[in-house]
Amino acid sequence: MVDIKITKRLHGARGEMELSVNLTLSAGSFTALTGPSGSGKSTLLRILAGLESADGEIKVSQKRWLANNKSLPPQQRDVGLLFQDYALFEHMSVRQNLLFVQKDPALADALLESTGLSELANRRPAYLSGGQKQRVALCRALMRRPKLLLLDEPLSALDPAMRLTLQHEILKLHREFGTTTLMVSHDPAEIYRMAQRVIRLENGKITADGTPGDVLLKRSGSQKFSFEGEVLEIQKRDAVYVAVVAIGQQIVEVVTDTRTAKNLQIGQQVTVATKAFAPVIVTE
Amino acid sequence: MSSIAWTPFWLSFKLAFVTTAVLFVLALPLAWWLAQTRTRLKPFLEALVSLPIVLPPSVLGFYLLWAFAPDSPLGAFLKERLGLELVFSFPGLVVASVIYSFPFMLQPLQSGFESLNRHMLEAAYVAGKTGWQTLLFVALPNIKPALLSALIVTFAHTVGEFGVVLMVGGSIPGETKVASVAIYEYVEIMDYKNAHIYSAIMVGISFAVLTAVYLFNRHHRRRLGGA
Repeated sequence: MVDIKITKRLHGARGEMELSVNLTLSAGSFTALTGPSGSGKSTLLRILAGLESADGEIKVSQKRWLANNKSLPPQQRDVGLLFQDYALFEHMSVRQNLLFVQKDPALADALLESTGLSELANRRPAYLSGGQKQRVALCRALMRRPKLLLLDEPLSALDPAMRLTLQHEILKLHREFGTTTLMVSHDPAEIYRMAQRVIRLENGKITADGTPGDVLLKRSGSQKFSFEGEVLEIQKRDAVYVAVVAIGQQIVEVVTDTRTAKNLQIGQQVTVATKAFAPVIVTE
Repeated sequence: MSSIAWTPFWLSFKLAFVTTAVLFVLALPLAWWLAQTRTRLKPFLEALVSLPIVLPPSVLGFYLLWAFAPDSPLGAFLKERLGLELVFSFPGLVVASVIYSFPFMLQPLQSGFESLNRHMLEAAYVAGKTGWQTLLFVALPNIKPALLSALIVTFAHTVGEFGVVLMVGGSIPGETKVASVAIYEYVEIMDYKNAHIYSAIMVGISFAVLTAVYLFNRHHRRRLGGA
């Protein structure tokens, strides 16, 4: 069990903001943390790791990491942290990166085997791809068998195919180690695939907390079938207007009437919805 | 060639070696701390340790001579309590050189540490490593070129020292008469032959040392430059 009850004043790009989080993670769970950038997600992870101070309490399986201004340093926290930029020890080989954390060759070899890195054990990080580097970072983070694993957008610098592979590997190791995990992610599909629970953080406050289905699927109103997107262009074609909208990795054209088109702006966030009661999935 | 007295060179290099060793121990923790601190005192501290770069060596030499003099409070204290006489002595030269060369050791180390990926250092902390372990086993090996230039530039700068050394050390043969001072004296007595020999040796050694540094840096960049 991880009990988090913290507050911290932040000076962000949009002025002062109070990060205020009251949260319990059950042991062995996989939770995703989402929300707009600048909402305090990374800061929350850094506070949990002991890299930043905060007021309040953090309790991890009966051990107090933070209480009444007494804060355990990161060294004593039994925590694993994955950065978006991998942050490997550049002067050490893959294997040395793991052994530097903990002199446990058996565990290191098992982790390398399980992530398919055995062949690369003696390479330096400079000679690895992004996906391989993040695998090494994941193995390194698990070398201390942490009570809490924190993943700060670990896959956002990788291409979609590599993301998918890594998602499976993270899940596999999560099951093997049973580590309580908190992952920052902006990718709904990734969250849906990996997490049992999603927490949305906005302006330092939790605004949604539930299963990925509850939080990510839009079921409001009668719009059963809708997508968030960004307007790229508005074209006039004969009598109608056509809006070009980017939805995720896709670009679609949507016909719209004159009045709606006049109110649209390039770069605007919109919802593309249809009252489709029976959408059909076609396989190729 | 057998008439060349090698003692001044030996003294120059002994001084440079001792100074570099002492400075490495002193400047390393300070550079590490300065690279990470957010204190408002940082600009003042940086200005203070950089002073020797801009001050004429005679200014520094004069203050040190004044401070080390047996009738000054510091000089008296050192002599009575520690039995140290720093004026016109080799230990005095070391102290003066340490102060004079401080920025040359500190600045490359500090900017090396500042250029490191902060996340890499944090990864070490999260992995349970103390600040010292992180400094020695993660930070230092990742700034090898900066480390090497700090050591070599400090060494070379101390070998090339003249003003401070002359003022604090004088020219006592075998004790404080280093190569640069010896050359100055040869010129003064118009013994150009020996001045030429000494100067040429200095140029040769300095060139060799600096070439070695640049060769190493090129090699190191290639090796890390990988994929």
